[in-house]
Amino acid sequence: MNLPAIDIQGLEKTFDNGLRALDAVDLSIGRGEIFALLGPNGAGKTTLIKVICGLTEASAGDAWVAGHHFRREFRQARMRIGLVPQELTTDAFETVWATTRFSRGLFGRRRDPAHLEKVLKDLSLWDKRNSMLMTLSGGMKRRVMIAKALAHEPDILFLDEPTAGVDVELRRGMWQVINRLREQGVTIVLTTHYLEEAEQMADRVGVINNGQIMRVESTESLMQSLGQKRLTLELAAPLDAVPDTLEGYNLTLTDDGCALNYHYNHCEGAEAVQGLLRAVDSAGIRLHDVDTHESSLEEIFVSMVGGST
Amino acid sequence: MNWPAIRAIYVFEIARTWRTIFQSVLSPIISTALYFVVFGSAIGSRISEVDGVSYGAFIVPGLIMLSLMTQSISNASFAIYFPKFIGTIYELLSAPVSYVEIVISYVGAAATKSVVLGLIILATASVFVPLRIEHPAWMLLFLVLTGITFSLFGFIIGIWADNFEKLTIIPLLIVTPLTFLGGTFYSLKMLPPIWQKITLVNPVVYLVSGFRWSFYSVADVNVYISLAMITGFLVACLAIVAWIFKTGYRLKS
Repeated sequence: MNLPAIDIQGLEKTFDNGLRALDAVDLSIGRGEIFALLGPNGAGKTTLIKVICGLTEASAGDAWVAGHHFRREFRQARMRIGLVPQELTTDAFETVWATTRFSRGLFGRRRDPAHLEKVLKDLSLWDKRNSMLMTLSGGMKRRVMIAKALAHEPDILFLDEPTAGVDVELRRGMWQVINRLREQGVTIVLTTHYLEEAEQMADRVGVINNGQIMRVESTESLMQSLGQKRLTLELAAPLDAVPDTLEGYNLTLTDDGCALNYHYNHCEGAEAVQGLLRAVDSAGIRLHDVDTHESSLEEIFVSMVGGST
Repeated sequence: MNWPAIRAIYVFEIARTWRTIFQSVLSPIISTALYFVVFGSAIGSRISEVDGVSYGAFIVPGLIMLSLMTQSISNASFAIYFPKFIGTIYELLSAPVSYVEIVISYVGAAATKSVVLGLIILATASVFVPLRIEHPAWMLLFLVLTGITFSLFGFIIGIWADNFEKLTIIPLLIVTPLTFLGGTFYSLKMLPPIWQKITLVNPVVYLVSGFRWSFYSVADVNVYISLAMITGFLVACLAIVAWIFKTGYRLKS
């Protein structure tokens, strides 16, 4: 029987102060999938992970991890999960090796130095195994937290904002790590508020806002429907109207006639833009400047909420 | 039972002691040695025997109890408070570990440390004053029971505390005064009659009395009453810990 890695039904969380962080969440995540939970700050992404992992009590609803109920069979459920929280929290005086070995034991596994060695080597931490955590850089600490989460050989890895506060180079390094884990068959659930990150990594994306899952679909179809871009061509000399030769591009001229706006889809990408620029050039229009604008997550949410009311 | 987890936490906690050897082991030994030098030798030589025991030897059980109680509390409270403070508690709460296992490992480690410390202080004391232990089995029983009970008490304080002040306020304002007024340095018979009665509401009196009985067969209260008191306190602490885990008090939102 091919049970989903995560199956969530009617999960709710209302905090003591009345804040409704999760509102009847239903979600199913398949095995081996990379699933991105995409939403703005305070949307409920972290709360959802915390409830499944046992850090926060659910107010109502159920969840199953590889077929094990998250409360009634918490041992079996939690042994399957590795959690990398958002905040960098480490025991400053522990060594990388000791803290990773501790995590493995804590999750009920017998000592296995060979596995820990593999995990640390995969994360480029092997040379630092005898270093105290306080001496490591932020990027390394985050990798140590991933090593701790992988120490007990989980099937499912939760990564809460894995690239928050990480520079571009490290972010790409993190994506490589995630890709390698995917190849090993680990199911990965990551939260992010970067559209780009979800696009790069995920097979499917769940959009969450105000504690509600608003839509779940493949990354490709989500980007097609949501990832609108606008190219603004600022003109060297104002125009009275859009030239006939450019009519096929569905351009709009600003009121002052000084700029042309071109709306295109995220997935159409560079090809469409190049075609347009060639056409503009051959129409003899001289450009003063070029600007592109991508719809931000916030704008996407506004359009989604607007569309649903 | 998740034995690997119990072992992991226990080993982690004992290893922490080695890292902080000065704070955990040497400082209580030095302060106790100072008590012996001042009260046992310097002042003690001018005090007559108490219940047929030299004053220096008389205060040994009380001083061991004092260290045992304060060290159990500080070990256990710090062990659970610190992960809460720096955030690493997330790992413990998301692990496949039951509450019973958490208590066994943290309290077990704290009690182990304080019992070992008690035995080291006992060995140190034997250098300064002539000692005899007439009921060694009872002595060990009181040592272990008090170590476990006060480690549980410390565990509760560590969970309750949400800042460093709260972490130290109970040991400082309640436990230390109760210990000093609990017959560590004197026999209750030395007190005026009215104070002999009032002092019986102090639970530490029973612990020190029972522990001293295991050394010299002299006690302020019956040894079985002492045993009942420490057992009662142990049960009360277990009940509070059970309630904390049932409700997630100060651990889960």
